[in-house]
Amino acid sequence: MSETSRFRSLEGGHGALKGAQTAWDMLSEEQMQKHITTGCEELDAILGGGIHCKEVTEVGGVPGIGKTQLGIQLAVNVQIPVECGGLGGKAIYIDTEGSFMVERAHQIAEGCISDLLDNTAHRLKDFPACPEILQPNSFLANIFYFRICSYTEQIATINYLEKFLEEQKDVKIIVVDSITFHFRQDFDDLALRTRVLGGMSLKLMRFAKKYSLAVVLLNQVTTKFVEGSFHLTLALGDTWSHACTNRIILYWNGNDRHAYIDKSPSLRSATAPFLITGKGIRNATSHCKRVRMM
Amino acid sequence: SKVLEEAGSLEPSDVKTKRQPAAATAAAMSNKLISEMGLPASIANVFAARNGFSRCYCGLLPLPQDALSLPEFDLVALLGLDLDQVRSAVARISEIACPPCRTALSLLEDRARSACHLPTCLRGLDDALRGGIPFGALTELVGPSGIGKTQFCLKLALLAALPTCYGGLNGRIIYMDTESKFSSSRLIEIGKSSFPHIFQSEGMAQEMAGRIVVLRPLSLSEFTESLQQIKLMILQHDVKLLIVDSMAAILLGENERSTTVQKQHSWRWPLSFLKSLAEFSQIPIVVTNQVRSQNNDEVFHYSFQAQKNDTGKTSERLESHLTAALGIQWAHAVTIRLIFEAHSGQRFIKVSKSPTSPAVAFPFVVESSGISLLSHDGLEVMGAEICTIHCQDDLKIGMALLCSMAPISQLLTFSAEGLTIFKD
Repeated sequence: MSETSRFRSLEGGHGALKGAQTAWDMLSEEQMQKHITTGCEELDAILGGGIHCKEVTEVGGVPGIGKTQLGIQLAVNVQIPVECGGLGGKAIYIDTEGSFMVERAHQIAEGCISDLLDNTAHRLKDFPACPEILQPNSFLANIFYFRICSYTEQIATINYLEKFLEEQKDVKIIVVDSITFHFRQDFDDLALRTRVLGGMSLKLMRFAKKYSLAVVLLNQVTTKFVEGSFHLTLALGDTWSHACTNRIILYWNGNDRHAYIDKSPSLRSATAPFLITGKGIRNATSHCKRVRMM
Repeated sequence: SKVLEEAGSLEPSDVKTKRQPAAATAAAMSNKLISEMGLPASIANVFAARNGFSRCYCGLLPLPQDALSLPEFDLVALLGLDLDQVRSAVARISEIACPPCRTALSLLEDRARSACHLPTCLRGLDDALRGGIPFGALTELVGPSGIGKTQFCLKLALLAALPTCYGGLNGRIIYMDTESKFSSSRLIEIGKSSFPHIFQSEGMAQEMAGRIVVLRPLSLSEFTESLQQIKLMILQHDVKLLIVDSMAAILLGENERSTTVQKQHSWRWPLSFLKSLAEFSQIPIVVTNQVRSQNNDEVFHYSFQAQKNDTGKTSERLESHLTAALGIQWAHAVTIRLIFEAHSGQRFIKVSKSPTSPAVAFPFVVESSGISLLSHDGLEVMGAEICTIHCQDDLKIGMALLCSMAPISQLLTFSAEGLTIFKD
């Protein structure tokens, strides 16, 4: 018997190490895993294909940079049918700030569908069911929206998701916009805050792994005094910064919006420019640097 | 005990499948005592019985937030239940405290059914904001003193008071005037200039002006008291618009000697109160904000960005270093931010933060009929320009004086060219 097969039968068969997987099995799984496209090819490229499922990704930036836009774009893009290369899943959008504008979501869904019809027309010919699925209203019907007004509701909702996800098996992304809002305002006890946030992030990570979905947490920025000057950094402190698997920072570079991979176990640090257009998040091409009016 | 009796019969699925139309109901659920939540009697009893003990341990356990914030093992120790019971109780409490789930489609259908914007009658701005000032959200107007924020607010108040046949909301307006800048004669002047045919009739001016209720809180405590009363008034009378002019005055004026931490705390409650009030009552809420000069240290970058050389010319620094007075946390909290600024000899309204519009700026002037745009095609604004606030400095007034000008109602400047009424 070879070394590898002996090792495999040792731990896989009788559950001696319950829940363990060999790295090779994990690699095969990862390679089969689909990613959620952001709409911008360059951004997808530095992300290794898009937002990863089974992982928690944090996205932070200054007000107005486009975090909510990215959140809505992902909630729409997760629904791209499997026939067109997407996940064909549903989305949960947890809104803590009231920044979700449903008309904008409709606009982004329209933009996504029109691009799909343009780019993948050849594939769609074979699938007659698609015209009904590819309607902005059906995309909107697949976004489950929770409006949260206090940190109690935030904790309660994330607890309740356990049950919700058992019933709705198609959900492939959870977007929390933003994870920070209620924890910056209502908490005076920082130790309690750290503990509560830690508990929440563990639960979300568990959902990501168990149900093979992507978790995207939008975060605000704050200033931090480092080495004699103020720097921008994501809110919620140093302990929270360990809680997410990946971290993307959206920022202004001159007049362009850029995304920077700040932390990732498998991707190297890189930046990519992106645009926010009437259709949603798209590539920043050299001839179309101007932001178009909607 | 009656509540506990009914508790036994409440099925988990009932709560979720029932449509709960008002956000208020959901908010109320998480604020209820655990004893009122309809838990199985055995669990509710335990939470209630431990009341006395837990009060000295960590506050009132009967509130859901206590049950949800404490780790499971603490709850086991505190309540004397076993881990499984605690888990199922927490799951049940979470399910009830969780707000109802809606699909985005049902949100769209709701909004399609009723009007959801207050048109500003400035065509370019209304186009950019897709209808006007949105209902159910906080809109912030920020800019240096004397630029026209109060003029904008006066016009908005008038527009909301007009009957629906003239494009208004036909409702009452509450105007919280913290700097004593509200001028009723100016309001009537704007009305007569903009809508001469309406204001010709004698009774109309009185009727319109009568719909605007002006409050003048002089301290933070008066302000918060008024907010509570306003909430009641919105529900009972036909209030269609709330304007707070200005927010910064009331919040900053209080805390000159307090520490930064206290300063941050003082506006948290008004902020979340205003936000939830907006969503609950689905009316537009407009808040104005001051500016303060920015230290040179405060040019913010992330640590991974290369530091820009600080060799900018002095004149550049003087011109653009203004920032909104309430800081970055406030900026995250408002839904729409309109920056009023002046540069290159003109004044601009800039849509700095909006979910439905890219950043555009419109040049404007203040006339007898209020604010009017010089051009309805917005100028695109890119990059860091979106968040900066410019202030005219050709009058060579020192930065410190400019920023402290807010309480001054009139400013006359004497120069070689003559007398200018800089602010009135």
